[in-house]
Amino acid sequence: MRKLLVSPAPHIHGNESTRKIMRDVLIALSPSLVVSLYFFGVSAIELVLVGALACVSVEYVIQKYLMKVKPTINDLSAAVTGVLLALNLPPSAPWWVMLIGSVVAIGVAKMSFGGLGHNIFNPALVGRVFLLISFPAIMTDWSIPDSWFRDGVDAASGATPLSLIKEGLSSGMTLEQIQAQNPNLSYMHMLFFKTGGSVGEVSAIALILGFIYLLVRKVIRPHITLSILVTIAVVSGIFSLCDPQQFTDPAFNILTGGVLIGSIFMATDYVTSPMSTRGMVIYGVGIGFITVMIRYFGSYPEGISFAILIMNSFVPLLNKYVKPKRFGRR
Amino acid sequence: MTAAFLYTILVLGGLGLVLAIVLFVVANKFKVEEDPRIDIIESVMPGANCGGCGFAGCRAFAEACVKSGNLDGKFCPVGGNAVMSKVASNLGVVLQEKAPMVAVVRCHGTCDNRPTTNIYNGSPSCRIISSLYSGETGCKWGCLGGGDCERACKFGAIKINKRSGLPEVDQDKCTACGACVKACPKSVIELRNKGPKNRRVFVSCVNQEKGATARKACAVACIGCRKCEKVCPFGAITVQNNLSYIDFNKCRLCRKCVDECPTNAIWAVNFPVKVPQQNNE
Amino acid sequence: MKKTFSMGGIHPHDKKISAESAIERFPVLSKAYISMSQHIGAPATPIVQKGDKVLTGQLIATSSGFISANIHSSVSGTVSAIEPYPDIAGNPVMHIIIDVEGDQWDESIDRSEEIVRDIKLTPQEILKRIADCGVIGMGGASFPTHVKLSPPPGKKAEILIINGVECEPYITSDYRIMVERPEEILIGARIMMKALGVSEGYIGIEVNKPKAIDVMKSFSASYPEIKVVPLKKKYPQGGEKQLIDAVTGRKVPSMGLPIDTGVVVQNCATALAVYEAVQKNKPLFEGVVTVTGDCTEQQRNFLLRVGTPIDALLNSVGRLPKDAAKLISGGPMMGKAVSNISAATVKSTSSLLVLTSEQTLRKEEGECIRCAKCADACPMGLEPFLLNKLARAGRYADLERERVYDCIECGCCMYTCPANIPLLDYIRISKADVLKILRSRPK
Repeated sequence: MRKLLVSPAPHIHGNESTRKIMRDVLIALSPSLVVSLYFFGVSAIELVLVGALACVSVEYVIQKYLMKVKPTINDLSAAVTGVLLALNLPPSAPWWVMLIGSVVAIGVAKMSFGGLGHNIFNPALVGRVFLLISFPAIMTDWSIPDSWFRDGVDAASGATPLSLIKEGLSSGMTLEQIQAQNPNLSYMHMLFFKTGGSVGEVSAIALILGFIYLLVRKVIRPHITLSILVTIAVVSGIFSLCDPQQFTDPAFNILTGGVLIGSIFMATDYVTSPMSTRGMVIYGVGIGFITVMIRYFGSYPEGISFAILIMNSFVPLLNKYVKPKRFGRR
Repeated sequence: MTAAFLYTILVLGGLGLVLAIVLFVVANKFKVEEDPRIDIIESVMPGANCGGCGFAGCRAFAEACVKSGNLDGKFCPVGGNAVMSKVASNLGVVLQEKAPMVAVVRCHGTCDNRPTTNIYNGSPSCRIISSLYSGETGCKWGCLGGGDCERACKFGAIKINKRSGLPEVDQDKCTACGACVKACPKSVIELRNKGPKNRRVFVSCVNQEKGATARKACAVACIGCRKCEKVCPFGAITVQNNLSYIDFNKCRLCRKCVDECPTNAIWAVNFPVKVPQQNNE
Repeated sequence: MKKTFSMGGIHPHDKKISAESAIERFPVLSKAYISMSQHIGAPATPIVQKGDKVLTGQLIATSSGFISANIHSSVSGTVSAIEPYPDIAGNPVMHIIIDVEGDQWDESIDRSEEIVRDIKLTPQEILKRIADCGVIGMGGASFPTHVKLSPPPGKKAEILIINGVECEPYITSDYRIMVERPEEILIGARIMMKALGVSEGYIGIEVNKPKAIDVMKSFSASYPEIKVVPLKKKYPQGGEKQLIDAVTGRKVPSMGLPIDTGVVVQNCATALAVYEAVQKNKPLFEGVVTVTGDCTEQQRNFLLRVGTPIDALLNSVGRLPKDAAKLISGGPMMGKAVSNISAATVKSTSSLLVLTSEQTLRKEEGECIRCAKCADACPMGLEPFLLNKLARAGRYADLERERVYDCIECGCCMYTCPANIPLLDYIRISKADVLKILRSRPK
């Protein structure tokens, strides 16, 4: 008689795994990768490859030689961080900037807290913000490298819509005048792949495709993303109604910059987002509000990275005090 | 320029002063009067906060000592007589010395002695295993090997040997705090007298099954044959529920029972080489 | 939109391989091992002695406390021993072991096939008959039925729900009795409604059993007080609190009992046992058991005597396949793993499931990625990831505040965890600890 297995119930498992989830995130990012390849050419792919490889190897080295534990790079979480960080850089960024960002993202923001599941701040965003502060020139150089697939004629000017507006407003122009100067600032350009900006934010449609995929695969729930977007729309709507010449309108705010990639891929990171539904909504509202405030009143043209990092720090509090609805309790 | 410096110094210095006054007033107002002996006794305690004394920690123990003014039923197993004599002198009472104790694992059902009959595939915790079923072997009494004792030990004195699957006590690190005894759901571990020169004789089995059943499950099980009981010149051994037990207060370490035991269930440790099967790894 | 319970739940696969194999009578073997602890509560006290002759259906052990149940012989023959015998978990439990000689039934049992529709007994007599016949809940908890049908003073039952959900994969015993013996179940329900003094009855059945819904509906036409409620398929709908929520929308309060909402839930197999006890004077000594698994040669449903050794039952579905790794008494979500295959079945055994190691072997535990899938799946609105951590740290005060005692041990959290963390292992233990602390606390 062979020996039987004995264990407490349940005896079957749903076959979900961290690896499958991370793989789904990578699949959801692939439309944006394809678009950026078309738009920015090899330099985009170079950044993505360097990012993924660097993050995975940094995690491997730290786990194997510093923490002396079994490396868990197979779960693909480091690869996701690398790809996300690459998608958050300007296409013209040199590879070594990506390398530094990866070391900071994985080494500082993730592994020094104890690795997957223990970090407080989103590693990719910490990497990006570190680079933004350390290499401001490189990180705001939106010039567009050559691409094999696209002739340079219809390329965007190279500046992001947000920075165009920030500069225009600070030089005393009204929104109408800025728009007249820059014909590329149309919604159609933003929806498809014609906005200037970092590698991953060129096409809203590609990002939304990824969002739909994540929802269908039940990787994420829509609460965080939607509450960010709705908050941005409402807050910027109120402001632009008050003074349409100084404050940009809701559609513009949602379609430009990192709002879509941030709200779909960065804010929804499991580890650094709240666990309860109500907590998720509070977190999303906070991100949306801070984003709009930084855009309107801050010195940076874009604020979602900071907004997400700020709200990341509230997540432990939200988890402690915002509890799911219990069964049988009013 | 000077004005800026001056204002800064004035504002910050003033702020510091105000806060210091507030702190001083509050600290005085809410001061808790405590017997100073509590602090003194706490300072001589080992500070492990293991709870081996039955109190929540070393401070709780010190408070209890000072409050009652005596040491009845209070003993720090970690510090032993050395610490307790200091506590006693601080309290001004006489200490009744206790013989040093050590945790003893009363099971030798290694993989060879006690073959497994099934494979446990759940969380490694004795409590979970024992609440689920009788364990991986045919013996439902002995060590489950889940390592609850190892996790309970604050001194790193008890470790599961991966080869045998059984816990082993490091007698030099063991403070006899009793945490492992409480953690073991099968009551395999017992606190026994450490013995002169660390020499101890004990029955390394807790199986209360009838002889044949016990023997079938484990080669070194106590089968309750009573041979040891008969051979003991000091009346230290009793057999109850098919299981022999040596009273360590009566045992004089003559080791007659060790030679008599047909299943080698009785162990003598730290004696000079005489008994071939003794080896306290 | 079909009804279901309001929060959490998962959708494990929907395999019911043995669904279409009709109930067969399992032969009576040469020995029967009848446990004295087949129910929750005090073990029964044997009233026979070694060497006594017993008949099938004869009382051999009596209830020894308020929460306890009578036990009857499932075979006829001679008592060969009354001694501890290992149960499925290998722990010795007092058993009456009977050498079988023929199959002679106690004469007071009505063995005819005829369905008795008239309920002649008064509510008191019904309760007494149910207690005398040793009927216990067949849904898994094995709670003595007569106790559950006697609401504590001050509580009034309003609704009876018959549980025909059978939400665990693989098990089909309830489905078969609903298809083959629907009218008996309805009469059983009516008997219990009379005992409880309620006029509203429901039978909850999940939509993956359309035939059972159709059959029950067609028969319930002549029992207008009992309505068939088709439910959306979702695990753990068979849980009492979830079923009450799904059918009536009432929520059992935390730390409360179903009766606090005026509802009593009984399994459909219990309804059948009640029918047989009250109308046929037949004690509970046999029941329908599914023997199944993807790897077994056959998947069958048996009408099985209590006390049949599990290995004999296994042999009936062909030889145990090479890749069989785990035997489970009950379903794959909440069933108990069998470590001792010579153990005998009990009254509430509903299924014997064989799983391969590929299906059941636990995967390596990873780090919690805080995905909150466990919290989403929890039908009680708890946070298993947190409870697990608190449980491992032994933080009982926090566990109490996080309501670990509300856990129904359904296993949804562990089923859904992408990091393969054995959440329920530790939560289950700490729940028992916290309940012990709560009970020891002066009111």
